Amino acid sequence: MPALCRICLTETPHPPDVCDGCGGETIVGHAELNDLSTAHIDCDSFYASVEKRDNPELADKPVLVGGRNRGVVMAACYVARQYGVHSAMPMFKALKACPEAVVIRPDMKKYGVVGMAVREMMRNVTPLVEPISIDEAFLDLSGTERLHGASPAKTLARLAADIRAEHGITVTVGLSHNKFLAKLASGLNKPHGFTVIGKQETVSFLAEQPVSSIWGVGKVFQKRLERDGITQIGQLQGYDETELARRFGEMGSRLARLSHGRDNRRVVPGSGRKSLSSETTFSEDITDVVKLKRVLWRQTEKVSAGLKRENIGGRTVTLKLKNARFAIRTRSRTLLHPTQLADVIFATAAPLLEKEADGTAYRLLGVGLSVLEPADHCDPIDLADPDAQRRKQVETAVDDLRARFGRGAIGKGRILKG
Amino acid sequence: MQFTIERSTLLRSLTHVQGVVERRTTIPILSNVLLQANGGKFGLTATDMDLAIIEGVAADVSQDGSTTVPAHTLYDIVRKLPEGSQVEVGAGGEQGQLEIRSGRSKLSLTTLPSEDFPVMSDGDLPHSFTVPARVLRRLIDRTRFAMSTEETRYYLNGLYFHAADSDGVEVLRIVATDGHRLARVEVPIPDGAAGMPGVIVPRKAVGEIYKLIEEVEDDIEIALSETKIRFAFGDAVLTSKLIDGTFPDYDRVIPFGNDKTLEVKRTEFVKAVDLVSTISTEKSRAIKLALEDGNLVLTATSPEAGSAREELDVDYNDDPLEIGFNSKYLLDITQQIEGDDAKFVLSDGASPTLVQDMGDTSALYVLMPMRV
Repeated sequence: MPALCRICLTETPHPPDVCDGCGGETIVGHAELNDLSTAHIDCDSFYASVEKRDNPELADKPVLVGGRNRGVVMAACYVARQYGVHSAMPMFKALKACPEAVVIRPDMKKYGVVGMAVREMMRNVTPLVEPISIDEAFLDLSGTERLHGASPAKTLARLAADIRAEHGITVTVGLSHNKFLAKLASGLNKPHGFTVIGKQETVSFLAEQPVSSIWGVGKVFQKRLERDGITQIGQLQGYDETELARRFGEMGSRLARLSHGRDNRRVVPGSGRKSLSSETTFSEDITDVVKLKRVLWRQTEKVSAGLKRENIGGRTVTLKLKNARFAIRTRSRTLLHPTQLADVIFATAAPLLEKEADGTAYRLLGVGLSVLEPADHCDPIDLADPDAQRRKQVETAVDDLRARFGRGAIGKGRILKG
Repeated sequence: MQFTIERSTLLRSLTHVQGVVERRTTIPILSNVLLQANGGKFGLTATDMDLAIIEGVAADVSQDGSTTVPAHTLYDIVRKLPEGSQVEVGAGGEQGQLEIRSGRSKLSLTTLPSEDFPVMSDGDLPHSFTVPARVLRRLIDRTRFAMSTEETRYYLNGLYFHAADSDGVEVLRIVATDGHRLARVEVPIPDGAAGMPGVIVPRKAVGEIYKLIEEVEDDIEIALSETKIRFAFGDAVLTSKLIDGTFPDYDRVIPFGNDKTLEVKRTEFVKAVDLVSTISTEKSRAIKLALEDGNLVLTATSPEAGSAREELDVDYNDDPLEIGFNSKYLLDITQQIEGDDAKFVLSDGASPTLVQDMGDTSALYVLMPMRV
């Protein structure tokens, strides 16, 4: 069984207890180690790790990234996780569980820069990088052996070590023969893990896993399976595809395939971005439509700036509102052409907001763009709107001024409080 | 009510009016057509509250009266009766049903009282003029394809009729645009139209009036106010509400400053676009035009279907240019041109292009390019 030390990259034909090269206990051994090439890489508690890197005093402290008062936890470091804190948890609950936690306001720009740099390092290893989010991606390394003079496993170990050396953050690698299993593998041993699932043990490994680890099985579907007495993937393996398809429709065929570890989705390179949005939780609930619109404009400008920075635009504008009882309302509208202009996004979202501003007290407002397209498809000349080009020129001029003199240099009158 | 009518006459009228009746409506009587027999005349009325058509036809009326029956059902019945037959229609029998007899067939239809049928009032229509049916058809033909279906910009969902000044000549002008293409046609202003307000006639009314006058050679009387328009000829009247909105200032988007001219033989061009577009993807329908020194190369590629290329000799002497268009839009426009030659006036691959009939300046079209 070939083995590899993922710190010093020493390879041995049999896995030793400690590495012959560096003496570390960082050995990955697997019969198919040199035959697998589909990987999933996940940065460990990404935002929190970046913050710890930038402030070494935080190294051993529980760190939470998120909004202080009414926000949610966007990232929790592994120290904080020992207290039962996890991401997406409301901040007040997290602080109850872990009162000594250091809460840091998110600096999305900084995470974006690190995330893009890490992605670039991945792309240097293989062109087939499919980002899932800023800190997560699938990589297909098949056919890269000659280029790197190393097996995919060794290339990945080297990449993980390089990311740590260059950016001071750790990543977890899952290596297998398809995306589904690679992602499962990376989830098994975090942080700073390197887990391999081979073809040989795929079925027996899956048999032991809960059905919820199948991609696409959420809470609701899990309940439905539970009602039929199915909790483990192993139970699904007993049914044939026709039976599952009859019972669960399209999802049934997927269950049949995935429960045997069959997944033929390819790694498709791309930007990974499906949408771009900005939202904010207010310190006090807001009912007044004028105030809500002022917030909407600020969020719109942020989204527009993000789109322009990434050279993309979106076709569907979605407004998101959360009322005092935490019920979420989303309203969306699809445009004729994709846009990246704050002016167009606001003009689309504001009427949606006006309809929802019916006296309800809201605690959160957000706006987002989806169905993304390259910038050069955005905001073409509209024969039915002769003023559109002029408004576009105004916005471009404002962007130029801001680029030269800073964000506060110029703004629309609507941000001023009346 | 009692009358006898030729099946073909009744069917033609029902074809005209049933389009107005919405298939799904929450108000039952709006599914019905109003039948009225009065003093030897027989008339049908259908409405959706925004649009109403009244059509009178020849029938042998033996007893006056009126009632309403489901329009689509009546249409289906009459359609299935044998050709050339006479239809006897009678109401007022038991349970107020409408009886339809033809040969040995007999059908009964549930009715609703005619008093409940909504009447659309015309109100005061201060502007009126006449246009020959043939001319109105041509005006509609050359503009309707550019009407928008976009819900948010409801004011684009129709034809904009207005009086305008065209190089010092007063004209009646009709414009439609969906943002991607624009059609503008004009005729010398008819008597009485000079002071008319600009009005937007809704898409449905456009479709129905077109159907109504398809085989007509009469003059059509058009009367309008700022909120309603009425088209009348012979025994038929169509009244429609107008779209309450402001049509965009379209003059500013017409690219009169373009500097590159392409002249093509229309039929040859249409054939080439049609052929090459067979390959373009269903979704974008994009085709590319590459122009250089009297030569036009049309190409289309699709990852699924393959690729296509066609070359034409054309009149083009400006700098080389590549530009992409939605082939369907290109065909919509060039198929409406009647002359032998079409002229394209272009600027660059990202700016609007002007299209005209070489021999007829009464119609002009603007088309936005697309990226290919």
